[in-house]
Amino acid sequence: MSNAVTLVQEGQLKASVPEFRPGDTVKVYSKVVEGGKERVQMFEGVVTVRKGGGLAESFTVRRSSHGVGVEKSFLVHSPRVEKIEVSKRGIVRRARLYYLSEKVGKAARIKERKTERNSA
Amino acid sequence: MKNIIGRKVGMTSVFLDDGRFVPVTVVEAGPCVVTQRKTADSDGYEAVQLAFGDANAKRATKPMLGHFKKTGAAPKRFLREFRKGIDGVEAGQTITVSDFVAGDRVDVVGVSKGHGFAGGIKRHNFSGGGASHGSMIHRQPASNGDTNAGRTTKGSRRPGHYGVDRVTHQNLEVVRADAERNLLLLRGPVPGAKNALVVIQQSVKVKGS
Repeated sequence: MSNAVTLVQEGQLKASVPEFRPGDTVKVYSKVVEGGKERVQMFEGVVTVRKGGGLAESFTVRRSSHGVGVEKSFLVHSPRVEKIEVSKRGIVRRARLYYLSEKVGKAARIKERKTERNSA
Repeated sequence: MKNIIGRKVGMTSVFLDDGRFVPVTVVEAGPCVVTQRKTADSDGYEAVQLAFGDANAKRATKPMLGHFKKTGAAPKRFLREFRKGIDGVEAGQTITVSDFVAGDRVDVVGVSKGHGFAGGIKRHNFSGGGASHGSMIHRQPASNGDTNAGRTTKGSRRPGHYGVDRVTHQNLEVVRADAERNLLLLRGPVPGAKNALVVIQQSVKVKGS
């Protein structure tokens, strides 16, 4: 990649993004505009997908709201995403948890990871 | 003046202030020297000639050196004329990216990437035939037109040389202008390969000028 392109990109990447992976439960604090006013909204759920790299990296969070599955995608480096908090680590065996959309209730649970893996 | 000459660097995406993530083309533009101001009296039309890119002074021909000498500019590689939005521009002036602000609309002229001798599918977006089930027409252009005419209609779309054409992309938005690094970020793609020359003009779609 040419130098000028990297120059444009740098400074837009966030300095620190918490380490999280699919299966983890996260709280995402994002800015939303509502009735002309801006406020911070929290969305908590299981990370099902994390894809892309660099500036374009994104992740999808799934939660069940009033019995209806809701998925929201965020760009990791978006200035609209204020904060990402990891509230639970999960044990999963694949990188994309698409199978969760077919499961409800008890079947959609993810085992919690109590010990830290050595590889970050 | 919203006219400048530049070099296409490549593409990336940037976040806007409102959080939108938009694709942009990075163009290294200017600084350009106004090497000549053409007037209706002396040249029959009004135009501004801009020069871009340093040239090897040893390689420049004497007539060109003389031309650059008039404004005291160092020899440049590319000269282009602009006719729109040139009020108050004088020879010897330097044009930089700082004349542009985010939200400006520009037309970008470039030379498209060469595709060599290309078939109808690549060149004219033909659909092509079936791949299997006994189809014997795969990537052929199929019908060539009316058989009763006894001749091929002019302008019918055939395989042939594709690319390396002058292409103008109108009404592109300036997403950001970085005067420090001489960079212009234009929304979306721009014709041409990386490192190719691009001419940025004030958009003809902008009313009044």
